[in-house]
Amino acid sequence: MTIFSTLLPIDTALGVVVCWLLLGLTGLLLQNTALITRYIFPAGALAALLLAAAALNNLGGDSNVAVLALGLPDLPFHLRLDALSAFFLLLLGAASVGISLYSAGYFRDMKGGALGLLCFEYHIFLASMALVFMADDAYLFMVAWETMALSSYFLVTTDHHVAQARRAGFLYLLIAHVGAIAILLSFGVMQGGQGDYTFASMRDAQLNAFWASVTFLLALFGFGAKAGILPLHAWLPEAHPAAPSPISAMMSGIMLKTAIYGILRVSFDLLDAPQWWWGALALTLGLLTALYGVLFAAVQTDMKRLLAYSSIENIGVILTGIGLAIIFHSFQKEALAALALTAALYHSFNHAFMKGLLFLGTGSVLHATGERNLGRLGGLIHRMPKLALLVLVGTLALAGLPPLNGFVSEWLLLQAFLLSPGLPHSYLNMLIPIAAAALALAAALAGYVMVKFYGVIFLGQPRGSDVVGQKPFDEVHDVGIWERIGLTWLALGCILLGVFPVFFILLIDFVSQMLVGHTLGVSAAQTGWLWLTPIQPERASYSPLILFVIIIAGVLFTLYGVKKFYHARLRRSPAWDCGYPEQTARMQDTAEGFGQPIRQIFQLFFGITREVPGPFDKKPHYHGETSDRLWEWCYLPIARLTDKISALTGKLQHGRIHAYLLYSFVTLLALLAFVR
Amino acid sequence: MLNFAGQLINLFAAMLLLISFAMLSQRRVLSLINLFALQGLVLAVSTMVVAYSSSQHHLYYSAGLTLLLKVLVLPWILHRLIRKLNVKWDVETMFNIPTTMLVGIVLVVFAFNLAAPISQMAGTITRGTLGIAMACVLLSFLMMITRSKAVPQVIGFLAMENGLFFAATSTSYGMPMVVELGIALDVLIGMFILGIFFFQIRETFDSLDLKHMEKLKED
Repeated sequence: MTIFSTLLPIDTALGVVVCWLLLGLTGLLLQNTALITRYIFPAGALAALLLAAAALNNLGGDSNVAVLALGLPDLPFHLRLDALSAFFLLLLGAASVGISLYSAGYFRDMKGGALGLLCFEYHIFLASMALVFMADDAYLFMVAWETMALSSYFLVTTDHHVAQARRAGFLYLLIAHVGAIAILLSFGVMQGGQGDYTFASMRDAQLNAFWASVTFLLALFGFGAKAGILPLHAWLPEAHPAAPSPISAMMSGIMLKTAIYGILRVSFDLLDAPQWWWGALALTLGLLTALYGVLFAAVQTDMKRLLAYSSIENIGVILTGIGLAIIFHSFQKEALAALALTAALYHSFNHAFMKGLLFLGTGSVLHATGERNLGRLGGLIHRMPKLALLVLVGTLALAGLPPLNGFVSEWLLLQAFLLSPGLPHSYLNMLIPIAAAALALAAALAGYVMVKFYGVIFLGQPRGSDVVGQKPFDEVHDVGIWERIGLTWLALGCILLGVFPVFFILLIDFVSQMLVGHTLGVSAAQTGWLWLTPIQPERASYSPLILFVIIIAGVLFTLYGVKKFYHARLRRSPAWDCGYPEQTARMQDTAEGFGQPIRQIFQLFFGITREVPGPFDKKPHYHGETSDRLWEWCYLPIARLTDKISALTGKLQHGRIHAYLLYSFVTLLALLAFVR
Repeated sequence: MLNFAGQLINLFAAMLLLISFAMLSQRRVLSLINLFALQGLVLAVSTMVVAYSSSQHHLYYSAGLTLLLKVLVLPWILHRLIRKLNVKWDVETMFNIPTTMLVGIVLVVFAFNLAAPISQMAGTITRGTLGIAMACVLLSFLMMITRSKAVPQVIGFLAMENGLFFAATSTSYGMPMVVELGIALDVLIGMFILGIFFFQIRETFDSLDLKHMEKLKED
């Protein structure tokens, strides 16, 4: 035990990183499907559990630092484990336990060589994310950040023989690099000309208001590119469907949070004294992102694209919380800042669990049916009841329904909005109620999206009569044991986070204490762990456990009633077919049909192309597509401009050696004449 | 004595410049190689004079190295190459020669203009020759641009190295021995590699004319 008492949590965390790297290498060398799925992925999950334990252990403790003798000469890697890092490491560890366990089952059919490579990239990805959270200088941060981007790029292009996956990977890498440049510039400005790139010296650097704003804007842009904040979201709906499902879960659930971590680290920790308009900007961007994401999620027909857009929405919600926290912090309303920050952190954690769960769920559906298109699924609850139950938990959580976790964080955020009047700024006082309304709209639409997601996949009947996706309906099997363990872990997380929020908020308090110097815990603990009261009991409080018990009781009571009074007289017969003599499974509401009202109401946002059959067509054919307007407004002009400039530059290239020599000759002469 | 050595160095510098012009205007590959060897010889002798007059002993080694490499080894390799490639009597031009010479004169003026402030600061006996050294570099570069065949281009490249070497000798009594040895090795290896390339180029395009390489461009 003496060894453990001298071992700092940061050493444990570093040990986990090394362990992941070794596991990845072992997988690469083994190239054996059975060994990798049976031993390596579960071992990775065990390491993740250890990381979560170390992070939990250190959340309330002092921050520990370490200096690694790696890196360049005279430029070692600095590491630091403080409350903010520990919180995100906890998120990483806890969520990746479920995903790694699930992977152990999910990849069982993959070829050994490809799986070895995937296992390697997967564990590198995990290790680099852990290092991003622990980095204490810009150098290590950027190294880890880029490693993360590259490893995830290779994971996205696992199916590299599919052109679409390659395209998605390229788009992802492009936006990730543009973002990384902005982050690098941001660090460059932040160190204030001292030439010392440790975070400690950035905390000390005195920046004036202008340069501090430049830093913040660059960081927001750079991290926004990774998080998928409008208008840099374009890679998300491409990359998530292209990647294997556990990878999508990892990227959406955990990797997007590295960007959230970056924004928090820069705006609260490295830069002191944030300005209120930074918060207003983040708030506006967050709301736009949330609304945009949820609207597009509502009209998707591919289940993984739908979830990707939903991730954009959730990132928007988190950013809204951060924006609000910055506003309050800049006006010295620390209690409210702590509330908004708690909501944002809570939602980050929740999103890792619920979006991880749902992406894994779609992975199982994809595995069982070979189909991603919602239009060809349906009725899967009959063939995959266990999966359906677990996914239902995630769906309800993401829809923001009590007593699950999604409700807690959105409720906290709305509380922060409702308590905000009284800011010494009249425009802000007008803006914030509107923002609250927009947030409520996004939350409601998220519920709509989730009804569509669950209803179209699991309820009703298979749409291709007896065929679902590419398999006969009768041959679809439920998920295996490893997958079920992984899914259950995440679903349990969703339930526990929803039912016992006070305990978790006590953990978040360490982070808010560090960032804004105030906590929520005092007021939350006043009324005991049963009731969650963000500010005062007389204003608002919520007891998820009691609600949970009531809901369970209600459900059981109804079930009992139905069994007792109704099932006795149950008989199955053809539906009352008056007017519907030939009702088939294809007459069910489709994913497109379900999204139709949203498409009508918010027509302005969508670029819609439709082919509608005429009344006399012998073979009527309908085709509709909803595209992202921002793509043609933002991305295509830039692409065309780049193309034009490249074409101009291309003219320099004749293929004639003499011309090339002449170029260098003229350059040499010009430079010589210049330095003269 | 010193004054005489200075005069001697200036004379050799002038000869270097003259040979550079001769190379610029020489159309035949065989004569070009001979001129290159002559340039090497002049370089070696002038380095030896500098070494003697400034009693910098390491310069003797440089001079010996130059003599060995640029007067004996490289010309011998080049001779063998053109015999094997059968381009001994090749004649080629890209631009007409008077224009090239005029451009060369402009370059020399430019180089002298450029070197003036530097040579004022230098305290060496050979400071006046820096302009010539730079002119040699630029003229060799010009030669590379105006030639279309592969072998003369390589000779231009080697001649440029001669100019650089001369510049180093004239400003600071040569480079450190390690650097010089490294460069000598580089030049030798480069020559071998380029020799292999010649055969490859000829095999691919049936000619050593570099304008065929335009086909390599991707559209």
